[in-house]
Amino acid sequence: MSAPSTRIIWQALGEVEDPELPIAITEMGLVHAVVIDGGAVRVELLPTFVGCPALGVIRDRVRNRLLAIEGVRSADVIFRFDPPWTIDRMSDAGRARLVAHGMSVPRVRLAEPAVCPVCGSTNTTLENPFGPTLCRAIYYCRDCRNPIERFKPPADELLVAGR
Amino acid sequence: MTGLWAAPDAPEVLREGPSREALRALLLAMADDELMLGHRHSEWTGFAPDIESDVALSSIAQDEIGHARILYEQVAALDGTVPDTLAFDRTPSEFRNAILTEQENGDWAYTIVRAWLYDHADAVRLAALAASPLGSFAALAKTLQREEKYHLLFGNAWFTRLAGAGGESRARLQVALDTAWADAAALFEPTPGIERLVDDGLLHRGPAGQAALWAATVGPRLGALGLEVQVDQAVLAAAGGRAGWHTPALTQLLDEMTSVWRTDPRARW
Repeated sequence: MSAPSTRIIWQALGEVEDPELPIAITEMGLVHAVVIDGGAVRVELLPTFVGCPALGVIRDRVRNRLLAIEGVRSADVIFRFDPPWTIDRMSDAGRARLVAHGMSVPRVRLAEPAVCPVCGSTNTTLENPFGPTLCRAIYYCRDCRNPIERFKPPADELLVAGR
Repeated sequence: MTGLWAAPDAPEVLREGPSREALRALLLAMADDELMLGHRHSEWTGFAPDIESDVALSSIAQDEIGHARILYEQVAALDGTVPDTLAFDRTPSEFRNAILTEQENGDWAYTIVRAWLYDHADAVRLAALAASPLGSFAALAKTLQREEKYHLLFGNAWFTRLAGAGGESRARLQVALDTAWADAAALFEPTPGIERLVDDGLLHRGPAGQAALWAATVGPRLGALGLEVQVDQAVLAAAGGRAGWHTPALTQLLDEMTSVWRTDPRARW
């Protein structure tokens, strides 16, 4: 049996959905490296937050999906914190998917004005830097008066030092 | 739990016994701090004064416990132990957390004061590690810094709010500060061998320097808010969490935290 191709592996990883957001782990930019050695596949992932409670679920989903590929004998899935995940790793398609789901998604960092996913206004205010998951914050749109869930990247440069 | 993370990639010098042991002791103390405070924060789930704080403290608890997990994996990689055993199967005197982190939650003012003092101290500690030539251990500190900043955002907002409210709010904040201050300063009680790491150029800033930087950060903030602290230079000598001395609060915490695990230590979850 021949070894699986890199293309086949990445295609399979693109079918693995993040447990907390409606987006594939490849669109989220979680996949750092794929190493194929015969039938042994090693995948290295970068989590958004290292304390994310979904890491075990992601690992198991990836491992099970890989083992379902013809020619894969073993699947080794590990997380790395170096290099750190940054929001520029998220693909445009992934970003569009989150926006279609009703989320606001910053381009670079949380300190940018939040764009309301309902009316497009930036007349928005931070309600809570913590939300239903570690990677979400809660805002409020002063124009259309809707609460907003916004994707929250780890803080590279935070606006609030000393506030 | 089985390991989630890639093995540490550390400089050659850490293969040497004393440096390795000193780094292990430091990381274990950090992991124990995060686990205990994470557990205490989680006790507010469902009981915080408003829904935003409830969600925030629950999230911070999740963060801290996740950080404890990754730190235990680093410790285990250095000494060949098992992360689960480190977290759940030690007696109270084997834990190295500072006493501050095990204390009961008390009132909201104490919870906020403790979180605020701790997160500022943790920021100083992580900055020292992040600036050190420790390979992946320094990289981990940098990654944790990005996540911890959100905790400070929460703590700063509440601390300022309680101090500015006057009346009972402010009075309780001062009482909480008086209660927490000595325990918070003891976060910088040296772990075994830490001075050696500093002397060997492996740790950017030692406990005394870290404590001074922390005091220089929180002191002026307290002054600006008109709050006072009793500075007692004897508190570091009176500490003990890093040597395994704890209060009954830790025994109570561990009893509750490990109750599920103890029903079947070999279970796979």
